[in-house]
Amino acid sequence: MSDPTVLLLSRIQFGFVMSFHIIFPAFTIGLASWLAFLAGAYLKTRRALWRDLYVFWLKIFAVSFALGVVSGIVMSFQFGTNWAELSTRAGNILGPLLAYEVLTAFFLEATFLGVMLFGWRRVSPPLHFLATCMVALGTLISTFWIISANSWMHTPAGYRIVDGVFHPESWWSIVFNPSFPLRLAHMTLAAFITTCFVIGGISATYLLRQRHREAAQLMLKLAVCFAAIAVPLQVVVGDLHGLKVRDHQPMKLAAIEGHWETVRGASLILFAWPDQAQEKNLYEVSVPKLGSLILTHDIDGEVAGLKSVAPELRPPVAPVFFSFRAMVGIGILMLSLVAWSGLQWRRGKLFESKVTLRAWMLMTPAGFVAVLAGWYTTEIGRQPYVVYGLLRTSQAATVIDAGSVLTSLIVFATVYLFVFIAGTYYLLKMLRRGPQPVEQALLHPEERTAQRPLSVPDDLIEPG
Amino acid sequence: MEAATILPVVWFCIIGFGVFMYVLMDGFVLGIGILALFAEDEPQLDHMMTTAAPIWDGNETWLVLGGAGLLAAFPKAYAVMLSTLYLPVLLMLVALVLRGVSFEFRFKATTSKHIWGVCFAFGSIAAAFAQGLMLGAIVEGMPLQGGKYLQGAFAWFSPFSMLTAVAVVFGYALLGSTWLIMKTEGALQNIAFMLTRPLVVVVVAFMGLVSTWLPFLSSQVMARWFESGNFLWLSPVPLLALANAVWLWRAVMRRAEYLPFILALTFFALGFAGLVLGIWPNLLPPDLTIWKAAAPPESQGFVLAGTLIMLPAVLGYTWWSYSVFRGKVAADSGYH
Ligand code: HDD
Ligand code: HEM
Ligand code: HEM
Repeated sequence: MSDPTVLLLSRIQFGFVMSFHIIFPAFTIGLASWLAFLAGAYLKTRRALWRDLYVFWLKIFAVSFALGVVSGIVMSFQFGTNWAELSTRAGNILGPLLAYEVLTAFFLEATFLGVMLFGWRRVSPPLHFLATCMVALGTLISTFWIISANSWMHTPAGYRIVDGVFHPESWWSIVFNPSFPLRLAHMTLAAFITTCFVIGGISATYLLRQRHREAAQLMLKLAVCFAAIAVPLQVVVGDLHGLKVRDHQPMKLAAIEGHWETVRGASLILFAWPDQAQEKNLYEVSVPKLGSLILTHDIDGEVAGLKSVAPELRPPVAPVFFSFRAMVGIGILMLSLVAWSGLQWRRGKLFESKVTLRAWMLMTPAGFVAVLAGWYTTEIGRQPYVVYGLLRTSQAATVIDAGSVLTSLIVFATVYLFVFIAGTYYLLKMLRRGPQPVEQALLHPEERTAQRPLSVPDDLIEPG
Repeated sequence: MEAATILPVVWFCIIGFGVFMYVLMDGFVLGIGILALFAEDEPQLDHMMTTAAPIWDGNETWLVLGGAGLLAAFPKAYAVMLSTLYLPVLLMLVALVLRGVSFEFRFKATTSKHIWGVCFAFGSIAAAFAQGLMLGAIVEGMPLQGGKYLQGAFAWFSPFSMLTAVAVVFGYALLGSTWLIMKTEGALQNIAFMLTRPLVVVVVAFMGLVSTWLPFLSSQVMARWFESGNFLWLSPVPLLALANAVWLWRAVMRRAEYLPFILALTFFALGFAGLVLGIWPNLLPPDLTIWKAAAPPESQGFVLAGTLIMLPAVLGYTWWSYSVFRGKVAADSGYH
């Protein structure tokens, strides 16, 4: 057991660096596939607009990806610096999954990224398209492994415990642990949806400001179509995911739902202020019986409450309860916006309706908020365990002096804030400028229509 | 022999290879950052960075492989090393963050451009320093107390680890300068040549200093080198290193363009071999041997299967990407 101050500081630090990191993958996973789509569309049609869009989003991607990479490297060392006991005890299982991620995904992403960004004039357009696809594939493989590792900590399987250390017994059961398939689906969809709403939101902003009309209309239509498929799917997957939580982590579910007592025919609590000390909800607004119906698909089904375990085995209720509602709320907003946009489109007013465009603009960051809220639900709901039911978070932390951890927390907070502000500033600058026709000089020789002297416009991203 | 005896040896080699690849490949990129201090103006620094821009990310990934590989194959060593070296690791990580984002931000910036030049240089120097510090601390070793790491926050601080820290900064600078000789022409190449000459001398001096100090650090290294006739069959390592240094000096003097980089790499390889021979079969001398730290064969075997398939593929496409960007790099070949 480590010192409670060290534990608390380590948890704050982990939550902070993780939240910082996930913002970028949530965006780059979708963006990489979007770039592959743009490159493919250009190869097929040779329409200049596709190429211009590709170059525009490529620059956005490069900055986001760099932030994802550097913050990811921090993550991969955190296990040893701050969670040394977890590494010692579960390293036999988590280590191989992360190692596979490096071998199958990180090298692929990182290497082909170079060709994707700088290889323009050096490889043929089909090969360049292939490099883009490899980067996209890399992000998806990366998601697969890291979500597998994370899911295993929620629903451990395929292991045996020897002297307090986890030993692998069946790698198949470890990788495909019970909560993995749905979490992978939910996270991948979340990343695509996040990107989709950024693309749609930026397009709507251009349309509102009467700029980049052609490009913006095209992108908004694509965003609406994609969201019309992905968002409803996400709601279904999310619901199934919730049923899994009921089976495997009943106390997390109880916190999500705000149920203190174990009852049949539980109500669905829409809003409340869960009070951990008094073990009850204040200001509760609920719909009778609906809770049981959703969670057990039976009006009188039994739902376990938080009081069925000792207080120290319960997760912090309020953060789980509220972050879950934030995520689902955003999901419902997204669904409504998509339905509304479809309606406007049918009426031929998608690009004219100021209300619709403003709504898209406001929803630009919605995906990020939902992703963070979703992870807070998942991770805080798992407490007090780090490996669910088997290893407490308090047993997982490094035995170290609080001064070191406080130092690292302050240093990370300062440096991250600095690079985050700078990164956001450059991203906004590029977004404000918008897609531009790609200069002849930047093209692959095959694509140049007329010979022009080589010159690289360094001011390509200056506000125009 | 049993899997539990042989697999840790195999993994020691794989992780050694991964760390070695990292030292070489990110070594020259960090070296460019260290030499950023000598760039005459902003366009020249841009040019220096452009030579590494397409490949730095892939190079840095070897570090991630080293970390994840260590966690997978030797979880105990991973936990002990990273927590004992908490502050140097922190320094390395934030330095790498600043160095990494500089590559992207610098080319997006206009008025704030010089800030990212400073971050690039500072980040590279600090990362190299921290790595040297960690290297020194690991080679010097730390006795475990009850299998744990209750050493205090500054257990890594010693004259020896300070020496290796500075040595690595100069060593990386040498890799960087020879890389620039290979990848550039004209004024920048001249600067690189001018820097390389003193760097060769300094690095050889550091190597000599570290090598003579090493045997007096722990009786174990001493024994490895000087007992039971070992010196005889290990002596090629220092002799080769010396020959290599002379050859490197001559190559630089007659302004060869490719050879200095290659010889700087082999020089590093020999130095690395010397250190590894000294600490074998420990991961963290004097107590933590590779067998004590090893994950069970089920874990090591599982990752080994993937490594044997994936590592050649990784090396293959890394080679391909280097060949896409082969040749001299013009000052204006960014995508920006
Ligand atoms: C759902 C996806 C996801 C999640 C939950 C995480 N990551 Fe991540 N990570 C990625 C998806 C990703 C990515 C899409 O593959 C990134 C983002 C941008 C990038 O460069 O690759 C990445 C980058 C990235 C890198 C740099 C790779 C490189 O050098 O190219 C490392 C070392 C990690 N991550 C490690 C982690 C660790 C230890 C995590 C958990 C504790 C983690 N990531 C959570
Ligand atoms: C990517 C999105 C993720 C986010 C935003 C996230 C966020 C968080 C947060 C906020 C906590 C703190 C909970 C608390 O202390 O109450 C936490 C805990 C933890 N998470 Fe995650 N997490 C994510 C993914 C992962 C993954 C992929 C892993 C491992 C492979 C992981 C491993 C852990 C561990 C070891 C803890 C325990 C330490 C702690 O309680 O702080 N997380 N996470
Ligand atoms: C409205 C429908 C939705 C439902 C019913 C739903 C349900 C859930 C549930 C029950 C969890 C917790 C799983 C666990 O604790 O193990 C979860 C987690 C999560 N949700 Fe949602 N969700 C919905 C919408 C969204 C949306 C729109 C996004 C993002 C765009 C999103 C992103 C996430 C993420 C990133 C996680 C954490 C990772 C995971 O456990 O999968 N969710 N969701």
